[in-house]
Amino acid sequence: MDFSLSMEQEILRNSVRQFAENEIQPVARELDEKEEFSYETMKKMGELGLFGMFVSEGYGGQAMDYVSYIIATEEIARVDGSHAATVAAGNSLGIGPLYYFGNEEQKKKYLPKLCTGETLWGFGLTEPNAGSDAGNTQTNAVLEGDECIINGSKIFITNGSTDITKGVTALCRTGTRDDGRPELSCILIETGTPGFEAREMHGKLMWRASNTSELYFDDCRVPMENLLGPRGNGFYQMMQTLDGGRLSIGAMGLGGAQGCFDKALKYSNERVQFGKPISNFQVNAFKLADMSLEIECARLLLYKACWLRDNDKPYTKEAAMAKLHCSEVMYRCANHAVQLHGGYGLMKEYDVERFYRDQKLLDIGEGTSEVQRIVIARLIGGL
Amino acid sequence: MNIIVCLKQVPDTDSQIKVAPDGNSIVTDDVKWVMNPYDEFGVEEALQIKEKMGGEVTVIGLGPKRVTESIRTALAMGADKGILINDPALENSDALATGRALAAAIKGLDYDLIFTGQRGVDDDMGLVGATLAEFLDIPQLSIIVKAEISEDGKSVKVNRAVEGQTLVIESSLPAVITTQKGLNEPRYASLPGIMKAKKKPLEEKTLADLGLDPSQVGEGARKLKIMELTPPPQRETGKIIEGETPEEKAAELVRLLHEEAKLI
Ligand SMILES: Cc1cc2nc3c(=O)[nH]c(=O)nc-3n(C[C@H](O)[C@H](O)[C@H](O)COP(=O)(O)OP(=O)(O)OC[C@H]3O[C@@H](n4cnc5c(N)ncnc54)[C@H](O)[C@@H]3O)c2cc1C
Repeated sequence: MDFSLSMEQEILRNSVRQFAENEIQPVARELDEKEEFSYETMKKMGELGLFGMFVSEGYGGQAMDYVSYIIATEEIARVDGSHAATVAAGNSLGIGPLYYFGNEEQKKKYLPKLCTGETLWGFGLTEPNAGSDAGNTQTNAVLEGDECIINGSKIFITNGSTDITKGVTALCRTGTRDDGRPELSCILIETGTPGFEAREMHGKLMWRASNTSELYFDDCRVPMENLLGPRGNGFYQMMQTLDGGRLSIGAMGLGGAQGCFDKALKYSNERVQFGKPISNFQVNAFKLADMSLEIECARLLLYKACWLRDNDKPYTKEAAMAKLHCSEVMYRCANHAVQLHGGYGLMKEYDVERFYRDQKLLDIGEGTSEVQRIVIARLIGGL
Repeated sequence: MNIIVCLKQVPDTDSQIKVAPDGNSIVTDDVKWVMNPYDEFGVEEALQIKEKMGGEVTVIGLGPKRVTESIRTALAMGADKGILINDPALENSDALATGRALAAAIKGLDYDLIFTGQRGVDDDMGLVGATLAEFLDIPQLSIIVKAEISEDGKSVKVNRAVEGQTLVIESSLPAVITTQKGLNEPRYASLPGIMKAKKKPLEEKTLADLGLDPSQVGEGARKLKIMELTPPPQRETGKIIEGETPEEKAAELVRLLHEEAKLI
């Protein structure tokens, strides 16, 4: 058993860490407060190569393994959840479905600019009445002649309405299967198509510098060649995408937990009460010990899940476990980190406050913690 | 323009430094090793010159196998080739022996310009640039914040900050330039760069390859001996100056500086 990372992975971690600390850390608090997506940091992240990490070189990607992608996401999340969201959604949800299920023409058309970060792409699964129950998609597409005519709406779509969003992949009902259940297919819809409107959502508790959108389709017509993969494969494609996406949410939990730990350790060693650094009180030192223990376990689980994926082994269960566990580890670490900061931990000036808020999404996005437990329970033969 | 950048690996400034039981070295078990920040300036400057004038950038590191990671990082930033001088006999070499080994590796290469950091942030000696230039018998321009190569590539004009003024020096090439903060903003190793670096050549050389004798380097050849390392003294807790008004506080500060600290 070899737990060491490759030299490239070590260099990648150092480089992304430096980048995150120098370019994102100084602006993260203000962007969060203003609830603003930054095109400037987006451009820099693109130039560093944070988009298209697992895409082959032919389409403009970096041809790295999944572990590398996860390390990069983790390092961004160590500094800021919103930026990590832009990267994780950009890669797993935006680029992923196009790369894995697109035909040659679609890949050639969209991937190169998505891989440089010049454009972004949204992943439209969730609807107002179809969240955890994503199979209950209501958005309808009539396939008629050489066109798809789409009606319906999507909600909470990351990267769906930025100025550089090139389009979205939307799961639509395209008919009824022989067994009477809805036939679901994924359709690519470019920004600017008549009848398609993407509206930015405001007032979020967390990920405030990440773009979240509602999508509206009103007799929106796209050519038939915008179908992604074979008709009727949509639900399968979305679930495949979420398996990979869960690893990146896991990376956000792990990186966020690490960020909380690093800040908590530093602060506890500096803050003096009763004549000594508060880390000298056992009750606090034990919190730090627990955090570091939990982070270590979370990292092993997440990297193992990535390793399974990189080695073409089944990893759905481990992905669900890693997503769930890393999110919960960050929950506990953020909680400890705020507690160790005392009153200052509740103030915006100390970033643990932001981490505490950003954590909550991880229990909900890309399948809630309850849904992850359902997935795991099914796969171990429980449900 | 062929440029050589010398690179040292040093403990990350975030690493906790502990003095080893022998009293004159540090415990390296938990140390995270990184490229000396001044050498990053050298890599960046070399890359900028190459981008403008063409040519090749070669990175040379000296030390154990782990230094490969820093060399690969420089290759990921955009350098073309790497050389690692790795020989157990080199352990504990001083700046003279390091300069000697680097010079031996560089002598056979085709070069116009060499960058080293003005100092390593570990032991802060600041001597390798000078010893290297001496062994190669070429000029050394130290602690440089700006470098401009002439159009014909035969000379260089550099700036050094001195006491609020700027000293401008011109030199023929080849020369050694030692870098100072302010020279440039080093780029990050980009992800595509990291993948490209995998395929770039990296040679490893021993003392024998360089035609050097083990007796010329290492602990035995040291002209400088480290007698003792001590950790910096514990910082004492600060004192808050009491007083009702700024005037009162200032007066109290002056009194304390005079009577207690005996500074004024
Ligand atoms: C900031 C943000 C970004 C997002 N980005 C995207 C995106 O890019 N693309 C996209 O498609 N979606 C996105 N989502 C949507 C997200 O995936 C959904 O919010 C999530 O799947 C939950 O759906 P819901 O909100 O409708 O909650 P519901 O499904 O209504 O769940 C409510 C509660 O009921 C529980 N519950 C539901 N069903 C069960 C069950 N069978 N057993 C036990 N408990 C159950 C849930 O666990 C939860 O606690 C995003 C959401 C947010 C907030």
